[in-house]
Amino acid sequence: MSVKHSLLAVLADGERYGYQLRAEFEERTGATWPLNIGQVYTTLNRLERDGLVEPAGQDAANHVFYRITDAGRDELFSWFARPVTRAERPRDELAVKLALAVTVGGVDVAAIVHAQRKHALAALQDYTRVKARLDPAELAASLVLESMIFQSEAEIRWLDHVEARVLRHARESQTTRVERPADPGSAKGGRGAAPTDGDTDTATRTPRTTATARKGKTI
Amino acid sequence: MSGKTILELRGVTRTHGKGAAEVHALRGVDLVVRAGELVAVMGPSGSGKSTLLSLAGGLDSPSGGEVVIEGTTLASQSKAQLAAIRRRSVGYVFQDYNLIPALTAAENVSLPQELDGLSARKARVAALAALAEVGLRAEADRFPDEMSGGQQQRVAIARALIGERRLILTDEPTGALDTETGEAVLRLLRRRCDEGAAGVLVTHESRHAAWADRIVFIRDGLVLDESAPLQHAEDLLVGDEAQP
Ligand SMILES: Nc1ncnc2c1ncn2[C@@H]1O[C@H](COP(=O)(O)OP(=O)(O)OP(=O)(O)O)[C@@H](O)[C@H]1O
Ligand SMILES: [Mg+2]
Repeated sequence: MSVKHSLLAVLADGERYGYQLRAEFEERTGATWPLNIGQVYTTLNRLERDGLVEPAGQDAANHVFYRITDAGRDELFSWFARPVTRAERPRDELAVKLALAVTVGGVDVAAIVHAQRKHALAALQDYTRVKARLDPAELAASLVLESMIFQSEAEIRWLDHVEARVLRHARESQTTRVERPADPGSAKGGRGAAPTDGDTDTATRTPRTTATARKGKTI
Repeated sequence: MSGKTILELRGVTRTHGKGAAEVHALRGVDLVVRAGELVAVMGPSGSGKSTLLSLAGGLDSPSGGEVVIEGTTLASQSKAQLAAIRRRSVGYVFQDYNLIPALTAAENVSLPQELDGLSARKARVAALAALAEVGLRAEADRFPDEMSGGQQQRVAIARALIGERRLILTDEPTGALDTETGEAVLRLLRRRCDEGAAGVLVTHESRHAAWADRIVFIRDGLVLDESAPLQHAEDLLVGDEAQP
């Protein structure tokens, strides 16, 4: 999330001082991303240095007002026009965690998936409650909330998919082990080294590991 | 939310077929749904969701355990008594809508009330109101085969919500609906529960399950566990994305 552009967006409406900027940003985005006031001031300093905002005097209570410059307005509108790239989003911690989980022996991936799904659903229930209370006229806040709702939904759908895949893979590698010891599909990673301890669990986990981990990278 | 118990399943099992063809659709399910509560049921295809719902609605009988609706054990009821409970107390939305093809939308909706002795005129007024709630006032006199899948689904929902039903059982009620219409249906169901009905919602859609007070997860005929809202929405909204 770009604090810089968020502040420019609020300033595009008129002059504001630091606390007002923070309050208004939070109001417009449904209090989804709290800003701390320090962040607001450092960002304002940087914006001023870059000529995107300028000071606009003080009131009786010594609040320093800022106003957006023409350059700031240009910057804001070109930001709106630019698509958000994957690289700007936080790395997907969950995908990384699951990719690692399938590579570590003795981890119950299905249990991890289910715990995550429960958490995501509980979050979704929370968002939905907020949404049910929200006045539909509050468009900005509804949009942010709905984006979180759809993201949770996508995460849950993906988790269902992971679970189904892991289970299928476990089943298939069990069959593989019994009937087709050299399945070219799951062995080509070179990590499917035959388990030596004869433990069924390990035997089924090893090939699953490679395929799912590989998949994890492409998500 | 701590209303009186409307639906209770005690150790319910349901087995289809015999011998090698035996399918254990439910293997011992306990579930309590109270007045004012909406409970969602989620689980993979074939896990027993529809089976659970049809047992809860008295459309099918358990192989073991018992189903109790408002204090009445269904197994103790005659066929006629059971039919009366289903008409008066239970609203049911089937996974495949189950509309009567020879009846119009309005007639499908008014039928249970007419069977219960309400005059045809009053039943029609109530049916039109229920259809209006699901956005189908203009389609009231169409037959099911003159309507889209989503419209038929909404007729089925209107039929389930009409009258004083205290238990509303819905099987994938939003399957054929777009996101906005689906949400409107969920709001309707939620409102009925807030007004005191007990609801069960079987769904694959987490976005819809999220309208429930509890989400029960079912796997292979057993209840795995359940989730409830974290109830700290404000903190939660902050989430992990708090960092700029
Ligand atoms: N009449 C029947 N005879 C034999 N088996 C049946 C019968 N009805 C259901 N089953 C089996 O019972 C299990 C549970 O079925 P059910 O319809 O309850 O699943 P579900 O969770 O509703 O699935 P879906 O999400 O696909 O609707 C399945 O394995 C199904 O094949
Ligand atoms: Mg079903």
